[in-house]
Amino acid sequence: MNINNIKSQFPIFLKKINGKPLVYLDSSNSAQKPISVINRLDSFYKNEFSNVGRSIHSLSVNATNKFEETRISVQKFINANSKDEIIFTKNATESINLVASTFGQQNIEKGDEILLTELEHHSNYVPWHYLRENKGAIIKFAPINDEGDIIISEFEKLITKKTKIIAITHLSNVTGTIVPVKEIVDIAHKKNIPVLVDGCQSAPHIKIDVKDLDCDFYAISCHKVYGPTGLGVLYAKKKWLEKLPPFIGGGGMINEVKKDKITYAKLPEKYEAGTMPTAEVVAFNESIKFMNMIGMENLIKHEKELTNYALEKLRSINSVRLVGNPKNKAGVISFTINGIHPHDIATILDEDGVAIRAGHHCCQILHEKLNVNATARASFGVYNTKEDVDILCKAIENCRKVFDLK
Amino acid sequence: MDLKDLYQDIILEHGKNPRNFGKCDGHNHTAKGYNPLCGDQVEIYLKVDKEKNVNEVSFEGSGCAISMASTSIMTELVKGKSLDIAKEIINEFFNMIKSGSEMKTKDLNDDQKIKIMSLSGVKKYPMRVKCATLSWHTLISALDGKNKEVNTEK
Repeated sequence: MNINNIKSQFPIFLKKINGKPLVYLDSSNSAQKPISVINRLDSFYKNEFSNVGRSIHSLSVNATNKFEETRISVQKFINANSKDEIIFTKNATESINLVASTFGQQNIEKGDEILLTELEHHSNYVPWHYLRENKGAIIKFAPINDEGDIIISEFEKLITKKTKIIAITHLSNVTGTIVPVKEIVDIAHKKNIPVLVDGCQSAPHIKIDVKDLDCDFYAISCHKVYGPTGLGVLYAKKKWLEKLPPFIGGGGMINEVKKDKITYAKLPEKYEAGTMPTAEVVAFNESIKFMNMIGMENLIKHEKELTNYALEKLRSINSVRLVGNPKNKAGVISFTINGIHPHDIATILDEDGVAIRAGHHCCQILHEKLNVNATARASFGVYNTKEDVDILCKAIENCRKVFDLK
Repeated sequence: MDLKDLYQDIILEHGKNPRNFGKCDGHNHTAKGYNPLCGDQVEIYLKVDKEKNVNEVSFEGSGCAISMASTSIMTELVKGKSLDIAKEIINEFFNMIKSGSEMKTKDLNDDQKIKIMSLSGVKKYPMRVKCATLSWHTLISALDGKNKEVNTEK
């Protein structure tokens, strides 16, 4: 498959926005869906729908098999040891909440420390904040430098005997920083501290190998990996899932229920209470097939070329200021234009069919650190092309015209 | 849609050079406004006398061109008005943004009406309505003297 023709797999690109072809540069927020994923949702509901789990009838058996096939695909996709280490959740936010809540219940006391970084998305801060509120935990933020890289030496200094868990992003949704997770896990494990990795942004863009990273927890957002909404994944080492208490209680996650006692199901069901997003899980298998069909190496090469092309072009535009310049950067480019607020940029770009995001991108700590209230962000998916970048740059020129900037 | 309906020259000019920016002397009413969706923030300062006239109005804050211009124009129009008239102008402004109705109040002259009507293009951009209205909601809070922070999402 030619990666340059991949757009044809995404029906949304047949649609015009304000009379212009859609230039979708908001994939860090959520990725568009290939036709195979859309068709799978459709065909599952039309021909195969049933709840999974306990029913004996043929439809249920088939649905359960399909559901579990996706679990095995995810296991292979991130190179986990066992399919039991793959938990389906509502989204990556829930995945992180699951860990913060259950790990916190069992392991966090007053005065214990949780180490995050200044790059974190609110979804990898707020769940830990609950432990500060409810248990008196202390949250520390490892600093970044002006380029947007974590200062590893400072990070190490913040680890103390009280540090109980470290939670870090793999890829910043603002600066595009690819964080050296393996190095950090290594530092943490030498001191017996578990590490949760927020992989929301990394899963669609870089090869994930949880065995190689050796992280304890890894959260994935399926809708960013060309999959359906309403679905996330939590990878966790089996030893943790066996040790930690269950999270949400209800049907499906129990073993035996008596009036005076309840025992819980084995893994992974222990963490999957209630009816799951069945069709979404089944359709997510097509997203992984799509990623595998392209091949991670091809995808990385394509996005790297695109990012370098965009950085070069954007740098050449007067008054555009790029936010962060990390050593290792993925296709997430945040910028400001002197004299134009990011919301005005987003409105004007939309008129040209260019979809970007403006605001603090759920990273207020990071924006405060970078000393900006808001930024405009262009983020790439596999379907973007150099032509998209050209249209973006032209639309930025138009912003300058609307605002009469010299 | 034409971008120039939204970004009229009056708006761009006020956005670049907001009037009544800073804390006015002798202010005795203030209120803060915040839009958590985009981070826009504004603080309104009023000097209201015993007869309930708004003698001075000013603001501080940061935001997009629409929000800065809307706030700047608002301070110009409310300055020197009685509390009741200020509230009437605010209500007419909200109606204009929501339904496109004209500003009928006799308490604004034609020039002032042209200025405030330049903000009416916002109604075609639903995601931007809060940019234009945050400071006006904050003004109500300041006029009421309750010092209650305005939050667009609460």
